Amino acid sequence: MDEHWSVAAHRHLKAAGVRQIGYVPDGGLRLLIERCLGDNEIETVMCATEEEAVGLSAGAWLGGQKSAVFMQSSGVGNTINAIASLISSANFPFFAIVTMRGQWGEGNPWQVPMGQAVVPTLEAVGVKTFLAESPDAVDMMIESGLRMAYSTDTPVAVLVGQKVIGSKIWTAGKAVNQ
Amino acid sequence: MSAISLHRRDVLGAAMAERGDTLFVSGLGSTTWDLASFGDRPENFYLWGAMGNATMIGLGIALAQPERRVVVITGDGEMLMGMTSFSTIGAKRPSNLAICVIDNETYTETGRQPTATGLGTDLSAVAAACGFAKTAMIRTEADAKGLAQLLFRDAGPVCAVVKVVDEDLPMTVPPRDGGYLKTRFRIGLLGEEVATRP
Repeated sequence: MDEHWSVAAHRHLKAAGVRQIGYVPDGGLRLLIERCLGDNEIETVMCATEEEAVGLSAGAWLGGQKSAVFMQSSGVGNTINAIASLISSANFPFFAIVTMRGQWGEGNPWQVPMGQAVVPTLEAVGVKTFLAESPDAVDMMIESGLRMAYSTDTPVAVLVGQKVIGSKIWTAGKAVNQ
Repeated sequence: MSAISLHRRDVLGAAMAERGDTLFVSGLGSTTWDLASFGDRPENFYLWGAMGNATMIGLGIALAQPERRVVVITGDGEMLMGMTSFSTIGAKRPSNLAICVIDNETYTETGRQPTATGLGTDLSAVAAACGFAKTAMIRTEADAKGLAQLLFRDAGPVCAVVKVVDEDLPMTVPPRDGGYLKTRFRIGLLGEEVATRP
């Protein structure tokens, strides 16, 4: 597949009827965020912390709209109580796209502990996680993850792996994306 | 600065006469008991957890329902935990969203420990600094007469902070089943067909 994974992701969000996106920016999410910002039918909310996007998602559902949350894996730690105490407690549907750090080829040691904790912490609060390690898998998992989230009121997170988004290589003076 | 003399249920109760079909979210603890004390209704989404998230839930509803008024009633401790959402809401500027902080300068539910609002933090000033369209600090009976206008009619985002005495009040306990409260709210707003067969 030649097109960037964000093209299919945006298409699936539209097909599922997603109308609100709460996000905290990440380099791996840049193209998907830009695509959503340019879409008049999607309301985007830039959040100061990922926990806010969880509340937004519940509010959107109460108001009759589907939503999605975009965040980097480091932000998952900020969402745990909100997911447990709101999404799982009240059986809200929930769908997140998480771009991974600290997972495969990571060059920054400060990213590794949270990156490695993403799956066990999300699963512990009731979120089903699907790790996508190729653009084709991202495409398929976002489509099926949205269906599962909104057809079964299950919290779902698709983790976009570093095999897809790459990893920063740290050299003296600058960081470059591999 | 004048001593605190307002009583939360008197001030809120007077404003509630003008609530109409407003959609409410209440922060966990005292403000959930407050909202329930004015009568249970499907348009009330009471939080029993999710501390720090009441205002963002309100924002999600407000964006989905731009023709409806959405009011978040929460406490000072809950609002302090979610203070970053002031900047998010200030950037988004939803005109149909109002936040009412019932500020007794106390973490009431955990044993009446002091909060930072009694030690320097002015939450209405924080909201103003984040770009809210209208903010107010309500300390007197005269100020309180303007609360209904702020919550239900002024163009938002509005943040009204009401300084209230710290007092023991009867707990009015609303339903606590989150799934029930969620579905009841959606059926009331969207109708049963849409709410249960999305």
